Amino acid sequence: MASNTFVSRRRAPARRTAERRAAAPERQRTLISPAQLARPRGRAVYWTVFALVTVLFTVAFLGPLYWMVTGGLKTTQEAVQSPPTLFPTSVHTENYSRAWTVMDLSRLLFNTLYYAFGALACQLLFDVTAAYSLSRLRPVFGKAILGMMLATLMIPATVLVVPQYLTVLDMPIVQRNLIDSPWVIWLPSVTNAFNIFLLKRFFDSIPRELLDAAAIDGASPLRTLRSVVLPISRPILGVVSIFAVVGVWKDFLWPMLTLPDPGGQTLNVGIYSLANGVPENVLIAALTIASVPTLIVFLVFQRNIMSGLTAGGLKG
Amino acid sequence: MSAPTLSTGKATRPRHGQPRTARPDSAREEFVRALRRNLSAHGFLIGAVLCFSFFSWYPMVREFILAFQKNENGRTTWAGWSNLSRVVNDPAFWQAWRNTLLFTGLALLLGFAVPFVVAVVLNEFRHGQGYLRLLVYLPVMLPPVASVLLFKYFYDPGYGLFNRILEVFHLPAQQWLQSTDTAMLSVVIAATWMNMGGATLIYLAALQSIPGELYEAAELDGAGLLRKVWHVTVPQTRLILSLLLLMQIIATMQVFTEPFLLTNGAGPEGSTTTVVYLIYQYAFNFNNYGSAAALGLVLLVVLAGFSAVYVRLSRTSED
Repeated sequence: MASNTFVSRRRAPARRTAERRAAAPERQRTLISPAQLARPRGRAVYWTVFALVTVLFTVAFLGPLYWMVTGGLKTTQEAVQSPPTLFPTSVHTENYSRAWTVMDLSRLLFNTLYYAFGALACQLLFDVTAAYSLSRLRPVFGKAILGMMLATLMIPATVLVVPQYLTVLDMPIVQRNLIDSPWVIWLPSVTNAFNIFLLKRFFDSIPRELLDAAAIDGASPLRTLRSVVLPISRPILGVVSIFAVVGVWKDFLWPMLTLPDPGGQTLNVGIYSLANGVPENVLIAALTIASVPTLIVFLVFQRNIMSGLTAGGLKG
Repeated sequence: MSAPTLSTGKATRPRHGQPRTARPDSAREEFVRALRRNLSAHGFLIGAVLCFSFFSWYPMVREFILAFQKNENGRTTWAGWSNLSRVVNDPAFWQAWRNTLLFTGLALLLGFAVPFVVAVVLNEFRHGQGYLRLLVYLPVMLPPVASVLLFKYFYDPGYGLFNRILEVFHLPAQQWLQSTDTAMLSVVIAATWMNMGGATLIYLAALQSIPGELYEAAELDGAGLLRKVWHVTVPQTRLILSLLLLMQIIATMQVFTEPFLLTNGAGPEGSTTTVVYLIYQYAFNFNNYGSAAALGLVLLVVLAGFSAVYVRLSRTSED
């Protein structure tokens, strides 16, 4: 694992320069030579392919979203009419308010946010301290503990769902049933070995002198973590936070099993369980509303999300 | 004085050129300091270790125990291999594996090859790359229920968008999710749309690290476009390609959410029943945790093979 740190640290600036070069007029040389592109025929082919791909992508990826937003504006008859209409013949924004009240989306939305940010808090608290300890304080058995944590990445998550479910039904030692409690989402989210690995790799790369200086100034490990390590770890904390929130936001099977109470369901599970009881246009409107928060988060944080993806791209 | 807190346990080395004094209590002091250091270090670890114990390590052990136990009239007894043999002799077992392999095969065909081609094409563009990257990754961020139910709406044979598109191109209408022939393919198309963004962006990052000189050299040797792709692009990204291939095999063999939401899991005549859905059925429809755990163990063993290759490959990448 130590060598990995080195490789990634070396590679990161290279990637950044590659990006900068891509943005600059003279970009890094790729498959097609610049000379070939400069020729009239090359330029014609380039622009044709570019236009085709742009149109195709816009239709393939924005098309369904367009259909979703406008589908929510149609009347029930129009939403299920054949052939479907490209533009709604009349606009019915009340579908959205109906979806909001009928499916109780405000509660589902609040629940999901509550679970997502609670999970984020738990992960930041426990995973950051654990990674810091494994990286810098290095207790006895630290290596073994890290190895056992990383070993969980090898176990397919779906295989563990059944024994995990039985465990939260009746927690050993503490004798608690966690079903329908937010802890059933929050605590298992801490067992994210991949985040611990990312954090530890980042902490490993912090120059020793910095931490030694803090120690000589008499800072306790906790103080060093708070005042030295965390401020310079902002990029990796951002990546880990986004993964944590998105993970809860997208999860389906686990919240479906462990949060059966309709009052405590997540967006995914709540909409799924009510999907058959509402007309098609109201359901589509609900899907649109459920998608809006993630789309906003994505548009705001797209740079962090995409760089985080390639930083931790090789998950596992 | 507290500097040793940060050193790695070899705190005995004297610092700042101090001579090693033979104070009588130095050994004890050393021990106390090491103890305190370890106590605080383990204090930092304890939260995560407890969570892992309860929600990862203990369930892992329990999975193995459950697979060899049975529950009759409220009494739990050892069942030996009977769970496993019952699971393997269930006709649904082979059907579920066939479906899972079909899903994995189709998903790789679409979800592995398409992102690579897309990434190679995008990487050539001098304009609009940011916009196109954004588009590809957009569906990954949507809540799965939104994308899946939207696709279910598109797949409807009566009023769905997809049959309308086929009609425009004068192609025969399909039953999509309602026919045994197309149900799995429909699930794969939806899953690919939802998930291809991640692979595409990872390929793009890998492509940008290929040195341009290699292409120049290939051109000097008279290589055409396809030969450049085959002899430069593919070998240069081979490691990422194989790691992602393994990752996708491992992920797609655990598919659950998409078929569960699109076809209620089983699909027409069980044509979309996957292994994980079968585990789900054993456990939560029939309350047969023993069979669920036994089938989980089979899946675990199959996937462990892929995981082992993955770990070996990623190790070589670090050297």
